[in-house]
This record gives sequence, C-alpha cells and structure tokens, in this order.
Amino acid sequence: MNEELSTDYAIKLDIFEGPLDLLLYLIKKNEIDIYNIPIALITQQYLDYIHMIKSLNLDLAGEYLVMASTLIHIKSRMLLPIPEDPSEEDMEEDPRSELVRQLIEYQAFKEAAEKLAKRPLLERDVFVRSAALPEDMIRSRPEDDELIEASIFELIEAFHNIVARLDNKELLEIDLEKLSLTDIINDVMDRLTRERNLTFEELLGERKDRRRIVYTFLALLELIKLKMVKAYQTAAFGVIRIFPAVES
Amino acid sequence: MDNIPAVIEALIFASESPLPLEKICAVLDGVDKTEVKDALDKLIAAYEERQSGISIQEVAGGFQFRTRPEMALWIKKLKGTKPGSLSPAALETLAIVAYRQPIVKAEIETVRGVDVSAPLKGLLEKKLIRIMGRKDAPGKPIIYGTTKKFLEVFNLKELTDLPTMRELTEITEQQSALDLETAEENVGEQQIITQESFEKQISQEIPEEISEDDNDS
Repeated sequence: MNEELSTDYAIKLDIFEGPLDLLLYLIKKNEIDIYNIPIALITQQYLDYIHMIKSLNLDLAGEYLVMASTLIHIKSRMLLPIPEDPSEEDMEEDPRSELVRQLIEYQAFKEAAEKLAKRPLLERDVFVRSAALPEDMIRSRPEDDELIEASIFELIEAFHNIVARLDNKELLEIDLEKLSLTDIINDVMDRLTRERNLTFEELLGERKDRRRIVYTFLALLELIKLKMVKAYQTAAFGVIRIFPAVES
Repeated sequence: MDNIPAVIEALIFASESPLPLEKICAVLDGVDKTEVKDALDKLIAAYEERQSGISIQEVAGGFQFRTRPEMALWIKKLKGTKPGSLSPAALETLAIVAYRQPIVKAEIETVRGVDVSAPLKGLLEKKLIRIMGRKDAPGKPIIYGTTKKFLEVFNLKELTDLPTMRELTEITEQQSALDLETAEENVGEQQIITQESFEKQISQEIPEEISEDDNDS
C-alpha cells in the first residue's frame, strides 16, 4: 500500500495549496468522515508525504511542518485517558474539533473559488468593446499604455532564467568563438532596426551558450545606459521586450 | 419621446464602463425612471431574441455590452492572446476576501493555512482587490476588500450577487449538530459565517465602493 501511495503523491506533488489542502485530499482519498477523522491513519499518511518531499529534496513550506506537529499533538491528546468526572475541570473538547472546523471552512472557500472560476470571466469568456489590444498590435505600437518600463532587476531575472535553463554539460565545453561586446551591440542594433522589437530570448536565438548570454546581457545594459534601446514589459514579471529608442 | 430604447442603446454603447441606471436617468432628464427601466428591459430582451453575438449585461452596478460566452472561441482567435488566468492560490485568496471582506491578511491565512503574501500582491496588481484602510488593532494590519473591477471581471451585478456559499450554511448546521453531540457550549465563540452576517457585511460595503468609483470616472 505504501508503494502505491508514494507514486500517487509523486504525481500530485505541487498541486496542494497547503497543509489543509493536503489533509482534505487524504480524507477524500481514504473516504473518511471529516467529522470523525482517524487521526492516527491521517497523521501517518501526512508524515509519509512530508518524508517523501524531503527525500526528493524539495522545499517544504514551514506550514506543512506546523501542521505535522499539530497532528501529532492531537494524536497524543487522543491517547490521554478521558477524565472520570466530566463535570470536573474543563469539559474536555474533542481535540480534533478545531482542525475539523478549519478543514471544513477551507473546503468551503476552495469550492467557492472553483465556482468563481467557472463564471463567465471577462477577457476569457466574455469581452467588452474597449478590451485590451491583441498582442500583435501591441508589438507594433510600443507607445501603448499597456507597456511598463522594465527595471534593471527584471532584466537580471530574465538573464538568470536563461542561464538556469542552460544544459550543464554545455557549460563545460570550451567555446572558441571570439566575441566582442562591440560586435554584439552592433548585432543587437541591426536586428532591432530590422524587427522593430525583440525579447531577450529572441535576441539570443539558437546560440544559447553562457558567454553569448552574458555578452548579450552586457550589450543590452550598455545600450540602455546609452539610451539607444528601451526595455518594456506588458505586466510585472511578463516578457521583456526591447525596442530601439529612436523610432526610425 | 418614443426612441428611448435607441437612446439607451447609444448611451451604453458609448460608455467606457458599465453604465448605472441612475446615469441613464440623469441623461434622459424628465423621463420617468420606471419608463427608462421598461425601455432598458425591452432593449435587453431584444438583444436576447435576436440571438445577437453581444448582449447587454448588468455588471458592477451598471449596464454594458458584452459578447456572449459562446463567442469566446472566435474572439480569442481574433486576438490571438491567452487570457492570464488566476492560480488556484490567487482564486482561493480572492474568494476569501470576497466573502469575508473587510478582512486582514492574518484572517485569510487562518483560513488557507498558508502564507498569502504572494497571491495578495498579485490580486492587488490585477486590481481585483484593494486596500480599504487599516484595522484599529495591534500592528495596524491592512484591511482588504474587492474592487469594482472584481465585479466586472467575474460578471457580478454587485457583491450580493456572489454565488451563495451553500456549503457554509450547511457547515453551520453540521457544526452545531457536532457541537451538540460533543455537548459543547462555546459555539458562539467560533467564527462561522452565517448567511445573515455575510449579507450584513456586504450591504455596508457597497455604497462606499460605488460612490468612490464614480468619483474616479
């Protein structure tokens, strides 16, 4: 059974929205009555999941660990003998009730969110007359309001993204191609005047070795500093487009 | 005036944002409000009858021409864009804000069980939620609520038009049954939304929001 479980989790790794979501999944999967959770079973499965994430060296949000300790705490409280005289002391509440309340509340909002997503959404299902311009029209009109200027950090992030995607093996190869910053700058300007605007990735084309990326990045920084090109993006964290600063 | 439906049609067409009935009445000075409403209803019905590609929808407290959902496929082909959809995390956060507003971040996190900084930021950037002020509590936490744009994007007339969280009323019942079972008496302390309190909250919200947005436009 354990084996079956782990393969099951593996597929669902990143679909959980948090510890509550994971718990709801376990409850549904085991067809358990949410008001009467077999805490030992659920705790065990929950911990199995956590161990599996750890063994895969994935980042585990702190919230998952907090929930693990909550589960263990509840489990230990359930093991305590029930006081002889119930009227004495604080009438011991079912240790699970707070968790159950949380789970049900979360489930309700999860369903509400799904309902919301099913409504006819603007720009997805229904459109209004003044709707945003199509992508190709934005491309030919760099002055459009939709574009916001990209900061240097966003450029650096784009740079990191590309470097991160590089195949490690490729990094070990010694590249004999001689590049000069001037060449790249000229190349970039040539292509920009021809194609009006390009993304950082398009600028690199097929030649995605580290040296090329670094040089292109430096060329862009230089060009931006010289105010010969401008970098825009349509939304925060969106694709960054490079435009020639002077419209020809 | 016998061309009232035509005038209303033109007004809605020329309007940038959903046009409130009051504004139509203000333009059609001297025409009785019920007469305007009648004409508007007829106009809406006419678009329905004609099986037009567009219809007049009541959203965010006004009326607006919108394409029919059946046309989405074609419009997407025209525009060639993929709509930026909301992540489940953002949607859950948005649902909690929508149903529980005014709400602070810590309360949202209690429900979701995870940190909501990132989805909150995303929703603020998309202008689906807004900062309504600060709560008079330790740390002066920021209070969030939904925007008029939220209503527009989710095709809602007003906040009370939100799909009823039937599950929540069920919970209240089931929860009280459970509490009876376990012979607990502190039900009152538990914060469970009842339909009543939700609507009360909502009705307090609406006037403020609409008036503010009117000033903007």
